[in-house]
Amino acid sequence: MTGFRLADGGGPVIPNFGQPSACLKHNGWFCTDWMSNHWGDTLQPALVQHIELTLIAVGIGFAIAFLLALVGFRWRLFDAPLGGLTDFLYAIPSLALFQLLVPLTGLTVTTVEIGLTSYTLFILYRNILAGLRSVPGEVLESARGMGFTRLQTFVRVELPLAAPAILAGIRIATVATISIATVAAFLIQYGLGAPIFDAIETPDLFKTELLASGGLAILLALSADGLLAVAQRALTPWSRLR
Amino acid sequence: MPTEAAELVFDEATKVYPGREGAAVDHLSLTVPAGEICVPVGPSGGGKTTALKLVNRLISLTSGDIRIDGTSILQHDLVELRRSIGYVIQQVGLFPHMTIEANIGTVPKLLGRQRSWIKTRSAELLDLVGLDPSYAKRYPAQLSGGERQRVGLARALAANPALMLMDEPFGAIDPIVRARLQDEFLRLQHELRKTVVFVTHDVDEAIKVGDRIAILREGGRLAQYDTPQRILEHPVDDFVADFVGRDRALKALSLRTLRELELKPVHENGLPRVPVGTNLREALAVLIAERCDALLVVGDDGSALGVVRREDLLG
Repeated sequence: MTGFRLADGGGPVIPNFGQPSACLKHNGWFCTDWMSNHWGDTLQPALVQHIELTLIAVGIGFAIAFLLALVGFRWRLFDAPLGGLTDFLYAIPSLALFQLLVPLTGLTVTTVEIGLTSYTLFILYRNILAGLRSVPGEVLESARGMGFTRLQTFVRVELPLAAPAILAGIRIATVATISIATVAAFLIQYGLGAPIFDAIETPDLFKTELLASGGLAILLALSADGLLAVAQRALTPWSRLR
Repeated sequence: MPTEAAELVFDEATKVYPGREGAAVDHLSLTVPAGEICVPVGPSGGGKTTALKLVNRLISLTSGDIRIDGTSILQHDLVELRRSIGYVIQQVGLFPHMTIEANIGTVPKLLGRQRSWIKTRSAELLDLVGLDPSYAKRYPAQLSGGERQRVGLARALAANPALMLMDEPFGAIDPIVRARLQDEFLRLQHELRKTVVFVTHDVDEAIKVGDRIAILREGGRLAQYDTPQRILEHPVDDFVADFVGRDRALKALSLRTLRELELKPVHENGLPRVPVGTNLREALAVLIAERCDALLVVGDDGSALGVVRREDLLG
C-alpha cells in the first residue's frame, strides 16, 4: 500500500524518483516533493478508502439505528434495553472489538466495518429517538384531529420534525467514524490510518507522511462536518427560526 | 363554495373514563341548529373539551350518540369524519416545518386536491382571516400568537367543513388581540354560517360569541342550554346564576346596542357623543364616567340621530 520502503540507517528512500530532496534527507516536517510524488500512489487511495469505510459504516449504522429507534419509539418498553445495547457496544474499546471479531471475520474490511458500524449506533439511536419524541403534543393532536392516519402522521409530521436531531446525529456519527476509522490500520492496510501507521513505524518517525495523512483525516472530518451542516440548513430551513 | 351547515345533535352522549369516579360527560343531550354557534362553558371538570372531542372521536363515546345531519358519527369512517370537520385548538398546533400555505392546505392535500387549487385556496383564506398574501411562504415561527391563530382558523376552514370544532381558540391570546379576533370571527361567521362548537371557560366570551350557551357543571351535566339573553335574564338555578356572575344584568346590557332603542329628539347641547353601534353596557359606562343623564347618539357618518336617557338604557 505505501509508496516507500525503509532503507537502513536513514530516512525513507523513494525508488524511481531520482535523488530525494534535502528536506526528505533530513526528515523535515513537510516535504512538498514527497507529497506530490506520493499523492497518487499513497494518499489519494487511502483517502478514498477512508471515505468508503465511513460512508458504509454510517449508512448501515443509520439503517440499523433507525429500525431500532422505530421499535423503541413504538414500544417504550424496548427503549431502555435497546439504548443499553448501543451503549454497551460503544463502550467496548475499538482495538479490543477488532481483536474479538478477527476469529469470526478475519483480517478483512468486513471486520473493520462491523466495528465502525456498531459505534455509530449509540449516537444515531439516541438522536433519532430524541427527534421523534420532540414533536410537540399540540402538533400531534391537530394532525390527529384533521384526519391524518397513523402512517401519515409519522411520514409527514413526526419524521420531518425529527429531521434536525437526526441530521445532527448523522453529523456527529460521521465525524466520529472518520476519526475512529484510522484505527482500522491496526488490522489491515486500509484507509488513512495505513500511512499514519507506516510513518509511526519508521525508526525516527517519518514526519511528512504523518502530517500529510493525519492532516488529510482532519481535513476530511472538517469537510464532512461542514457539508452536513450545510445539508442540515438546506433540508430544514424552518428549524433555525425557532 | 358554500357547503350547507350541518345540524349537530348530542343524544344522551356519555363519556366515562375507566377507573375514574363519575362521568366526564353525563347524558348530554342538545341540538345545535345548522349555522349556529354553540358555546359549551363551565368550570374545569365540566367536560366541555371532552364533549367537543367526542364529536370528532378524538375521545370515544361510552354510550349515547352524536349525529351530524342525522348520521351517527359512529357510522362514518374515522379519518373521513375528521377531515370533514374543521378543528381549531388553543395552542393552534400548526406544523412548524411547513409554510403557512402548506399548513392551510393540509386537509385539502389529504383529500387529494391539486397544488394549484391549494395555492389559490390558501391565498383566498389568508385574505379572509385578514392576513397579507405574503404570509403564504412564511413559517409558523415567524408569526405572532394572534397571527398563528388566524392561520389555525384558515386551516380549519380550508376544506370548507359544514361543522367546526373550536377548543378555546383564543384562550392563549392577550385580551386586546382576543377581542379583535372574536369580532373578526363573528364577522366571518356572519358570511360563512357554519355550525360551530366553540368551547371557552370565559363567560364573557361565551356571551359575545354564542348563539346558544351550554352551561356544564362538574361531572359533565348540562345545567342550562339557552340563548345568552335568556341565560342572563333567567338562569335556571343558583349554579348558573353564580357562574354567569352577579353582574349578569350588566352583561345582558352588552347584548343590545343603541340601535335597538327608541331615541328622543335632541334638545340640549354639549352631551357626550356615542356611536349608534355601541352596546348598552358601554353606553352606561360613558354615562357614569361623564356624570350625566343623557347621551347624544350619532350615526356611522357622524350625524346626530337622537338622545338616549339613563332610564332608557336601564329600562
